Amino acid sequence: MMERIPILKMGAFLLVTIQVDMHDRLALALQDDLTERIVADQAHGVLIDISALEIVDSFIGRMLGNIAAMSRVLDAETVVVGMQPAVAMTLVELGLSLKGVRTALSVEKGIDLLRVWLGLRGETDGGAAR
Amino acid sequence: MGRNAGSKLPEILSRYENELLAKWVEDQLKAATLRRDLITDRELYEQSRQFLDVFREVSLKGNLEDILAPEWAEVRDFLSALSKSRAALGFSASETATFIFSLKQPLFTCFRSVYSQDLEALAAETWAATALLDKLGLYVTEVYQQSREEVIRRQQEELLELSTPVVKLWQGILALPLIGTLDSARTQVVMESLLQMIVQTEASIAIIDITGVPTVDTLVAQHLLKTVAAARLMGADCIISGIRPQIAQTIVHLGVELSDITTKASLADAFAWALQRQQLSVVKKSSGV
Repeated sequence: MMERIPILKMGAFLLVTIQVDMHDRLALALQDDLTERIVADQAHGVLIDISALEIVDSFIGRMLGNIAAMSRVLDAETVVVGMQPAVAMTLVELGLSLKGVRTALSVEKGIDLLRVWLGLRGETDGGAAR
Repeated sequence: MGRNAGSKLPEILSRYENELLAKWVEDQLKAATLRRDLITDRELYEQSRQFLDVFREVSLKGNLEDILAPEWAEVRDFLSALSKSRAALGFSASETATFIFSLKQPLFTCFRSVYSQDLEALAAETWAATALLDKLGLYVTEVYQQSREEVIRRQQEELLELSTPVVKLWQGILALPLIGTLDSARTQVVMESLLQMIVQTEASIAIIDITGVPTVDTLVAQHLLKTVAAARLMGADCIISGIRPQIAQTIVHLGVELSDITTKASLADAFAWALQRQQLSVVKKSSGV
């Protein structure tokens, strides 16, 4: 049985918490599941929580960038939350500044950010928990 | 060991101990390199006596050439301690090494009286003793150098830490006043402190003030951009403030791209901008109320 990363729905947003080491198959499965769910749930925001990751390499960096791009095509905005300081420094040293991917310190702040963004677009957040 | 078998050094050090000590201390006190302000005559006497003691004991073990051998550990330890304390007191390297070198004169005087009939033996003994004392003197100098370098290194570390404070200006707003040049080592320290503070205070804006940075070249600019990128990954926006007119010119001439970073000339302007971003405003209270 292949493990898949669970995707939780929070109002108009989807929350993905990455807690295990990512490898190719898992990343592809995540991209599949996420794009399906964005369409199925009509989600307009995706929060990816990487607070449990102590090591982020260029593979994961690229994966996050890809997810953000795919979501945008489906009209959903992605916010990566909970990046640890050491991880941020490593990504910068690797030259991956993840342009095009928004970031926030915590899930709360990420939701605030998404709400502001959706508010600017003139939409409601579909009753996401306050 | 064969050569030293004929050496009378240990014997001489025992028999003429008192005379050697007296003459040696007398010579040191007469020397131009004496530092009465840093060490008392009594202390000098004590140190000389202790050295002669341990020198004599080790010389009895037979090895009079290799001072790095285990037998010489006691002498090395004594000289290390002496050298380090003198370095800490402010003696120069020469003044410290003179402690050893000034022993030559009294020792050779002893040799002359012991070997008055045997010039061959006198020459051999003198040469052996000179070689030995030279090695000890050089050892003292080396330990001295090392302890000075240790001090410099420690100060550099402290300087690095002192000069990169991150302060909280307001809820969610941090300020990072940079003083001095920004090399890769400092950039690391700066990035770490900044990111830690961002997590701690949940800040969303960081103002990097470069008023205290003397020059901004492409390398410094790269370091700044790296720091901004790292903070951004943590969800905090950075503004660069304190840009002097010359720096602005340099940035443009070098073609450094600061397009997506907000820059302000003064920290005050940056702070005002930050407050606005946080939907905060400063209101003057009406007077007389």
